[in-house]
Amino acid sequence: MPSASGGDEEPVDPDVVLGPAAGTPPVWAVLAVVSAGGALGASARYGAGLLWPTPEVGFPWTTLLVNAAGCAAMGVLMVLVAEVRTAHPLVRPFLGTGVLGGFTTFSTYTVDFQRLVEAGRAGLAVAYLFGTLVLALVCVAAAAWLTRRIAGRAGGTGTEARA
Amino acid sequence: MNWVFVVVGAAVGAPLRYLTDRAVQLWQGPEFPWGTVIVNVAGSAVLGFVGGAVAADAASEHVQLLVGTGFCGALTTYSAFSYETLRLAERGRAGYALANVVLSLGAGCAAAFAGAAAADLWWP
Repeated sequence: MPSASGGDEEPVDPDVVLGPAAGTPPVWAVLAVVSAGGALGASARYGAGLLWPTPEVGFPWTTLLVNAAGCAAMGVLMVLVAEVRTAHPLVRPFLGTGVLGGFTTFSTYTVDFQRLVEAGRAGLAVAYLFGTLVLALVCVAAAAWLTRRIAGRAGGTGTEARA
Repeated sequence: MNWVFVVVGAAVGAPLRYLTDRAVQLWQGPEFPWGTVIVNVAGSAVLGFVGGAVAADAASEHVQLLVGTGFCGALTTYSAFSYETLRLAERGRAGYALANVVLSLGAGCAAAFAGAAAADLWWP
């Protein structure tokens, strides 16, 4: 990627974290791994839907559990790549943006809510809407917390030394 | 070979989410996850429309798999939404975290209803 400012390596705006920097992979490589990861994640979600199909106006358990599992995995991944160890710069786009982004879905979640409401099952729809939200937030927070604890213990950072 | 439709749709949807997020972050800055909000709301509208089209027999199951399960499924994300909400809360931005939840759920559901209503108008 050519630098717009010639030989000047300092970013114009220090808040913009996505500019070219040393070790940043080229955009085409990021797009390729995000695309491949997204295809893998979406295939896994599609497979889960085939294994555990949701009845026409039933509670969408499969999508709820897919989203919850994806959020838990995201909590583990982000702590590992951002805090615990230095990962290859394509690991986060492939696993986080690609696989987990493709595995989890927001559109199926909102459209399932709309379908349940229009089928006259408003109570079930609201339970699904907030049930998914609470479970997803608990999963990502608990997974991040647990990963930090385990990594801190394994790394022997002092305060969490084993008894 | 139904999964090919899902794979092709997702192979386009996921990088489009990445590019949208990148463009919106350069434009709005990284303070609030506008990029994820935008893809989630847009994907909800498109999937609502596709669902309406399939219900009206105007679109095949293959369109549902390509555009719905594949493209919209990969364009939108719950993992980034939940992680960004957690990150906002961890940084002491509880108001932003709450706003992210209210905006994503409110606008996302409204978009799903709007998409389905548009399909109903298109194929009465």
